[in-house]
Amino acid sequence: MTTTVTAVPGETGTPYTLSHLDALESEAVHIFREVAGEFERPVILFSGGKDSIVMLHLALKAFAPAAIPFTLLHVDTGHNFPEVLEYRDRTVAAHGLRLHVASVQDYIDRGVLKERPDGTRNPLQTVPLTERIQAEKFDAVFGGGRRDEEKARAKERVFSLRDEFSQWDPRRQRPELWNLYNGRHAPGEHVRVFPLSNWTELDVWQYIAREGIELPEIYFAHEREVFQRAGMWLTAGEWGGPKDGETVEKRLVRYRTVGDMSCTGAVDSDATTLDAVITEIAASRLTERGATRADDKMSEAAMEDRKREGYF
Amino acid sequence: MTTTTELTETTLLRFATAGSVDDGKSTLVGRLLHDSKSVLTDQLEAVERASASRGQEGPDLALLTDGLRAEREQGITIDVAYRYFATPRRRFILADTPGHVQYTRNMVTGASTAELTVILVDARNGVVEQTRRHAAIAALLRVPHVVLAVNKMDLVAYEERIFARIAEEFTGYASELGVPEITSIPISALAGDNVVEPSANMDWYGGPTFLEHLESVPVAHDLAHCHARLPVQYVIRPQTAEHPDYRGYAGQIAAGTFRVGDPVTVLPSGRTTKVTGIDLLGEPVDAAHTPQSVTLLLEDDIDISRGDLLVPSKDAPATTQDIEATVCHVADAPLTVGHRVLLKHGTRTVKAIVKDIPSRLTLDDLSLHPHPGQLVANDIGRVKVRTAEALPVDSYADSRRTGSFILIDPSDGTTLTAGMVGESFASPEPVKDEAEDDGWDF
Repeated sequence: MTTTVTAVPGETGTPYTLSHLDALESEAVHIFREVAGEFERPVILFSGGKDSIVMLHLALKAFAPAAIPFTLLHVDTGHNFPEVLEYRDRTVAAHGLRLHVASVQDYIDRGVLKERPDGTRNPLQTVPLTERIQAEKFDAVFGGGRRDEEKARAKERVFSLRDEFSQWDPRRQRPELWNLYNGRHAPGEHVRVFPLSNWTELDVWQYIAREGIELPEIYFAHEREVFQRAGMWLTAGEWGGPKDGETVEKRLVRYRTVGDMSCTGAVDSDATTLDAVITEIAASRLTERGATRADDKMSEAAMEDRKREGYF
Repeated sequence: MTTTTELTETTLLRFATAGSVDDGKSTLVGRLLHDSKSVLTDQLEAVERASASRGQEGPDLALLTDGLRAEREQGITIDVAYRYFATPRRRFILADTPGHVQYTRNMVTGASTAELTVILVDARNGVVEQTRRHAAIAALLRVPHVVLAVNKMDLVAYEERIFARIAEEFTGYASELGVPEITSIPISALAGDNVVEPSANMDWYGGPTFLEHLESVPVAHDLAHCHARLPVQYVIRPQTAEHPDYRGYAGQIAAGTFRVGDPVTVLPSGRTTKVTGIDLLGEPVDAAHTPQSVTLLLEDDIDISRGDLLVPSKDAPATTQDIEATVCHVADAPLTVGHRVLLKHGTRTVKAIVKDIPSRLTLDDLSLHPHPGQLVANDIGRVKVRTAEALPVDSYADSRRTGSFILIDPSDGTTLTAGMVGESFASPEPVKDEAEDDGWDF
């Protein structure tokens, strides 16, 4: 028998099972508290995307009624959706948090980074990210990465050691046994921590619905000026689209992921509520990254290669 | 249409696979993902593209699970990967572990968090050495449920007597090792018999399909037989105007139940007090259970910090500086007698020294080699460790969480060894120093 028994307080000896969302929540909270207990300078990567929003929500619950003992870090590509930046700043203010911003535009303006021919800034985030980690001496960096996103991420540990160059070596990862996470690291090294490792896209959405978490509006269907490139609907903007031969049209769309505008595509959708979004995702035959992320399509090992260099 | 509520009210099963090379493990995993509609169009297209570029005729489902460059180059799985899929009845986390003997540490890693282990055998070969190794590791890690999947039934004409013979031999062997529950299922991963759909070719088989079994195996914790344990992770002290005196001890309940009013003891200090409140992530509750993450409020303001263990006063484990355990060595550098290490148990990390390595298990024939001097990568053996501070350890047989530990190299932080506290479970007799001893012991 599949049991979805919720034990009644006061009864002893009853078989007791957590729902899958409660189990994932409990595990994530355990991970946040391990980091708080073992590290000096942890930081949460916060982009205003749904995964980082869920991370923040879990961190708030993990330390309630005290404040989160971490600061936040956003790598701003300069091509972010305005609605998302507005959400980011409002959320940071509402919880009295401190936000570090590392700016790709600054690096380009200083001539340290070069704009790519395709205009995509996602891969350019690695340098500002890793330099800020070193400069601020962050020793634990929370990311919202999930193993279900991509096959290289399926190999990722919950506590993942990065060397002094922030590099990931997938062949030299520490085995992770039971829930005994090993956070030991040398000065200059840091640990990437993924509390949502075991969550799927659907879990994230169901949790958002259950907890009533507010999201930026771009996650819900809305009319938007978009144009088509490589099979994706991209938002027109100063980042370099549309080009010749690409025509802008008004469509009813929503976003499944939030990233750099230049490589994050919208999907046709009429889902305006959380329930409608969940129904849509449960029926979708495309992964969220496959549907909407150009940067993952560059090669079979695009994610692994970027992760090796220090990307999330 | 499945509603949001139905999807939310499912349970989670963590399971691990084990199987030798060519037993069809990748095919089974591929079929499970594929037939449960967990492989989405773009993933399948990527696999088809990659297969075609290698000159393969059909899509190679193993490419779904081999995520690293080196794995695809070599066509082997070198590391544990975690996969996710769901049915309307349950969500699944699959620890996909390589079956090769030199990757014993990966199977141990996968099994450490699993409620169920799948051991695959080829119906043509039956129970082989590797099957016995997998059964031994599942027994050692105390995985509650073991499934014997007798694969490639299509290649033995779907004959009942072949399945029955293998199932009987395996069940006898695994029961002797102490595996509590064994379910044997005849399948063909390639043809799809009894994986997701019942097989028309084996009407003599009356049991569940592989997926039906995964969906229905109990994952409930039987709280009646558990010692309550809470390793303190973090002390929550807001010191705000709203909560000037709040002092909560946060942690994930490792076993059992805590209730408001329970007298509790703090280990290793031995001080006692009483639970005055339980916060479940911000909400007060009367009782909380494993594996919930909670915050306990206590009657007395006593010295409690990260690393302490809260237990019911009437059910406290002994504390000791001398730990004897069965271990699996997971690092490339060997573990030797005299090695100075760190030991992480629950939320506490202490200095320790390896005092003795009384025996090493030879996985080939499950014989024991006395005093091997060292353990190398993938070795399983018995180890005696002396810790700098007393630790409240349970037997692994009683609690997978508070009976387990890891050893860490203090120089570079490498995770060296996975440890399971207590007497060997398989044989109550003391270790004999003969390699030909047919009773065996970890």
